[in-house]
Amino acid sequence: MFNRNRLISGGSIDRNKPINFKFNGQTFKGYEGDTLASALLANDVHLIGRSFKYHRPRGILTSGSEEPNALVQLNKESRTEPNARATEIELYEGLEASSQNCWPSVKYDIGALNNLFSRILPAGFYYKTFMWPPSAWMFYEYFIRRAAGLGEAPKEKNPDRYEQKFFYCDVMVVGAGVTGLTAALAAARSGANVLIVDEKPEMGGYLLSSKAKINNMDAKEWIKETLSELNSLSNVTVLNRTTATGYYDYNYITALQKVTNHIENSNSKLPRERFWRIRSKEVILAQGAFERPLVFSGNDRPGIMMASAAQVFISQYGVLPGNSITLFTNNDHAYTVAVEAISKGAKVVVIDLRSNVSNEITKLCEQNKIETYNSHAVTSTHGSKKVNAITLQELSNDKQSFVGDAVTINTDLLLMSGGWNPAVQLFSQSRGKLKYDDQISSFIPDVLVDNQYVIGTNNGNFNLKQSLIDSLNAGISAAKETGNKKDIEEFISEASEPQEFTTSEVVPYVLGSKPVTHGSKHFIDFQNDVTASDIFLAQREGYISVEHTKRYTTTGMATDQGKTSNVNALAIMSHIQKKPVGEVGHTTFRPPYVPQTFGAMAGRNVDQFFDPQRLTAVHQWHKDNGAVFEDVGQWKRPYFYPKNKENMKDAVNRECLAARNSVGILDASTLGKIDIQGPDAAKFLNLIYTNAWSKLEIGACRYGLMCNEHGMVFDDGVTTRIGENHYHMTTTSGGAARVMSWLEEFLQTEWLDMKVYCTSVTEQWTVLSICGPKSRELLASLTDENIDNTNLPYMRMRPIKVCGIEARVFRISFTGELSFEINVPARYGKFVWDKVMEAGKQYKITPYGTETMHVLRAEKGFIIVGQDTDGSATPSDLNMDWIVSKKKEDFLGKRSFVRSDTARENRKHLVGLLVNDKKTVLPEGSHIVDEANKKPPMKMSGHITSSYHSPTLGYPIAMAMLKNGKNRHGEIVLIPLMNGKVIEATVTDSVFYDKEGARQND
Amino acid sequence: MFVIKCPYCGERDQTEFSCHGESHIARPENPNEVNDKEWGEYLFFRSNPKGIHYERWTHDHGCRQWFNVKRHTVTDKIIQTYTMGESKPEDNNV
Repeated sequence: MFNRNRLISGGSIDRNKPINFKFNGQTFKGYEGDTLASALLANDVHLIGRSFKYHRPRGILTSGSEEPNALVQLNKESRTEPNARATEIELYEGLEASSQNCWPSVKYDIGALNNLFSRILPAGFYYKTFMWPPSAWMFYEYFIRRAAGLGEAPKEKNPDRYEQKFFYCDVMVVGAGVTGLTAALAAARSGANVLIVDEKPEMGGYLLSSKAKINNMDAKEWIKETLSELNSLSNVTVLNRTTATGYYDYNYITALQKVTNHIENSNSKLPRERFWRIRSKEVILAQGAFERPLVFSGNDRPGIMMASAAQVFISQYGVLPGNSITLFTNNDHAYTVAVEAISKGAKVVVIDLRSNVSNEITKLCEQNKIETYNSHAVTSTHGSKKVNAITLQELSNDKQSFVGDAVTINTDLLLMSGGWNPAVQLFSQSRGKLKYDDQISSFIPDVLVDNQYVIGTNNGNFNLKQSLIDSLNAGISAAKETGNKKDIEEFISEASEPQEFTTSEVVPYVLGSKPVTHGSKHFIDFQNDVTASDIFLAQREGYISVEHTKRYTTTGMATDQGKTSNVNALAIMSHIQKKPVGEVGHTTFRPPYVPQTFGAMAGRNVDQFFDPQRLTAVHQWHKDNGAVFEDVGQWKRPYFYPKNKENMKDAVNRECLAARNSVGILDASTLGKIDIQGPDAAKFLNLIYTNAWSKLEIGACRYGLMCNEHGMVFDDGVTTRIGENHYHMTTTSGGAARVMSWLEEFLQTEWLDMKVYCTSVTEQWTVLSICGPKSRELLASLTDENIDNTNLPYMRMRPIKVCGIEARVFRISFTGELSFEINVPARYGKFVWDKVMEAGKQYKITPYGTETMHVLRAEKGFIIVGQDTDGSATPSDLNMDWIVSKKKEDFLGKRSFVRSDTARENRKHLVGLLVNDKKTVLPEGSHIVDEANKKPPMKMSGHITSSYHSPTLGYPIAMAMLKNGKNRHGEIVLIPLMNGKVIEATVTDSVFYDKEGARQND
Repeated sequence: MFVIKCPYCGERDQTEFSCHGESHIARPENPNEVNDKEWGEYLFFRSNPKGIHYERWTHDHGCRQWFNVKRHTVTDKIIQTYTMGESKPEDNNV
C-alpha cells in the first residue's frame, strides 16, 4: 500500500504513524493527521460518490466544512452516520466509509441512467409530471425518494452518549484563523474571559497552508506561538473540533464539539459529542471565506477541485492531488497555488478569464515557467470517472462569445478559483444585514447587531495586515465593553501574503458548446444537482424572487446550505434579470451552519430523562403485583390490577365490587398536597375558594372549588384545618403545580400584605385510601385509638398512630363508601402499605386502580375537574351552587358569576344520562343531539364527559354537559355514534348511587 | 435568549423563567362595585404595544418569586427588572 500522490515531506501529518482504513470495502493507508479526503487523494482515489439527482460521479471539491460532493456513509450499524463530509473526517485506525447514492457500486451505478435523461429532468420535473391523479403522489414519492438521495439514516438506536454544556463568557471568537487568534489574544491580554472555537482539529485556518509572514515570522510559527500563549492563560478557553452552528438573539450561540468522533473504538468515558450553549457578552466573528467555484459545462467531475483546497492538501497533508494541473481563475490569489504546485514538481497551465493581468503576475509566471491562457475559458471537460482533458477557447472582449479555435489539453487535475465568499452565514443568522460588494463580487456584513464584530476575510477584508490590525482593535474594544480595560501593547507590526486577493472579475457563467438553457451541465449547487439552466428555467417560468428560485430549483437547500453555490446562483439571476446582484437579494440563512446530530441536541434528555417519571413510595409493590399503569401528568399510577389474565373490564368490575362490598385500597399519594400556614391563612382561603372557611374547626375537613377570575372551575379538593393557623390543602393529581403557582401568584402580586406561606408537600406524604364497609374494622386493627363514628366522623381528620407510625387519618370519601385516607410520611409509605395489606387479608382487601376510582366516583356523580369540566363550566353549571358562598364579599371568580354570559339561562349543565337499552356504554366525547339526521352536520346540544359500565348498578351510566340540562331531567336525547347507530338516553340527575350518602357518612 | 436579572437572585439563564403577560393591572379593590365594562377590561384587555412593555415574570426554577420586567417588544431587549409593588418606571430610557 503506497501513497501514490503523497509528497516525501511537508504537512502536519505524521509519516511515522500509518493508519489503515477502509473505503468501499478496500483497505487503504493514510497517516495520523490525515482526513479521509486527504488520505483518499494520496491514494489517487478521486471518485467518492454519486450525485443526488443525476447520479453523476463526484469527487472532492473542497478541503473543509463547505464540501458539497464528498459525502460518505461512515461506520456501520448503530453508529452509522450519513452524509459525513470526507474533508472533515479525521482518519483513525479501523475507520470504514462507503459511497452514497449508488447501486451496485460507485463505479457502476444503475441510477446514472438519470444522467442520460437529464434533458427531461429539469427543476420542478417531479411536481409537473406526477400531478395526476393527486392522490397518487404518495405512491410516486416512494420511488422518487428511493432514486434520489444521500446517505441512509441509522436504523438502530445509537449507543453513544452526548452531553450538553452551558457556558458564559465576555468575548467569544468564532474561528481561529490568524484574525480570530489575534482578536482572542487582544481580548485575553486586556483581561476578558475569552472563548475561541474552531471547527478544525488544528487551529490556524487557511494561513497554515500559506507562505504568509506575520511580524517577520512564518505564519505557521506565529500561529503556534499565539496558540501556546492562549492555552497558557487561565481566562481563555480554546476549543478545537468545535463548530458554531447557530447564532440567536443576544449573542446566544450553539456549538457542536466533536469529542471522540475521531477516536477508534471510543470506549472512553467521554461523550461522542458535546453541545455547547454559549451566552457571550461580545461576539467576534472570524470565520474567513469560502472560495467560489466557476460555472462552466462539466465543472463537477472528479478531479475538479477548488484551488484553495489543492493548496491545503499540498501544504497541510503533503498530498499533491495531480501532476498535470490546469488552473482556471479570475483573480491573482490563485496563482499562489500554481507556484506551490510547481514547487512540488507538478506541471501547471493557468487559464485566466481576465484579458489583462498585472505585470507582477506576468513576471511570476515567467519565473515559474507557468503556461498561461489569458482571456480564455474552460468550455467543457472530459473523462468518465475522472477528468482527463479540458477544452478551452478564447473569449471575446465582452465575454459574451468566443473568438478563435477550441483547444483541448490533457490534465489530471483542474483547479478553479472564482473569488471568495465571506462566510456570512452565522452573521446573517444573528440578523445582521448584508450588502453586495462589487470589489469582491460577494456579500459582506453591512449592519451589525449589538455587541458584535466581524473581522478579516469574514468581513470582506482581504488585506492581511489591515485585517490583523482590525482584529487587534476588535479584541481590545470587545474586552473594554465588558469592563476589561487593561492597556496592552499593539502586537501586530508587519504582515503580508505572497499574493493578496484583491478583486475578481464577474462572469456569472461560461458559455459552453451548447446553450446554457438546453440542459447543459453548468453546475451551481453540486449537492442538489442544480445547474445554470435550472435557474434560467425558473426565471422563464416566473419564479423570479430569490426565495421562489431557491424553492423551485432547490439551489442552496442541501445539507451544505449552499455554501459554495448561493452567490453564483444570485449572479446568474442578476445576469438574467439585468439588475445588480445586490438588488436580486439573498435568501435567509438559518441554523444549523453545518449538519448537527439530533443526539447532541437532545443531550442527556433521552429515554427516562426525556420526561421525568414520578413514582410513589409504593410503586414497586404495584409493579410486583401486576398493575397496568396509566400516566397522570408525570405520575405513573396503577390503572387496574388484572388477576389471572383478566381483561380490563373484568378487573375493574371485580375491584369495584370489592370496594363496595368489603374493602378496597388505592394508592392516592399522587394527590396534590399544599401546606398552608400563617395568621392570614383563613382569610386567604376565603378568597381562593368559593365557599366560606372562617368557621372551620381544627380537625375538620371541607371540600372546596377553585375558580379563576372568569368564574370557571379550575381545581377542587379537600382542605383540612390542622391547627390555629395551619391548613392542609389537597388538589387534583394533575393540577398540583398549577394550583401552587396560582396561590403564589395572588400572594405575591395582589395581596402582598397577607402573612401566608405555601409549601408543596405532595411528595412528603404517602396516602393510602382504604374504602368499603370493612374499612373501619381494618383500620381499627392497626391503631390503638378509637376511630368509631363519634371519634372520627365523616369529614374529620385525626392525627393518630397507624402501625406505630405517626399518621394523619382523614375521613373523606371520593367513592361514596366509608373511607379513610391514611397519610404517613413517605419514607414509611411502603411499610404501612405492607402492614395494611397483611391485616386486610381476612377482608379480602383488593387493591384498585384509577379506572375503578373513576367508576366509583361517577356512580356517586362526583366530578373530575378536567374531565367533566373543560374550563368553561361555572359551579352553577355543575349543580354546585351549594358550595358558592352568598355571604362572602369577595372571592376569585365571584364577580364573573354575574356577567351576562355566565348568568344566562340555557348554558350547558352537568347531567346524568341513562341509556334506554340499558347496555350501551356511550363513548366519552360523543355528541348529544335533539334530532338525528342521517349524517352530520347535526345540531349539537351537548357532549358525554364520563361514561362507564357500573358494576354496582348492573347497567351503564354517563355524565354529560347538556344545554339547559338542569331543566331537562326525564327528557330523551339522542347520541349518534361513529358507526351510524343512534342511541337513546334519558336525562337524569348525575348522582346514580346512594343519593343520601348513608354509606360514606356512617 | 437572554440572561435575565432576577431582583432576588441576580443574573440567571432565561430558561429558568416564565412570562405571565402585562403587569400593573390591579385587581379592582371591590369587584362588586365595578360595572361589566370595567370588569371586562380587567379580565380581557391588554395593551399589546410595539415598544416598551411592562410584564410579569416568575423565576420558576429558582426563587419562585414574581417580579416585573420592562422589555422592548421589537428588540426583545430587557431594559429593567424590579420587584412587585415597586412603581412603574418611566418610558423614556429606551
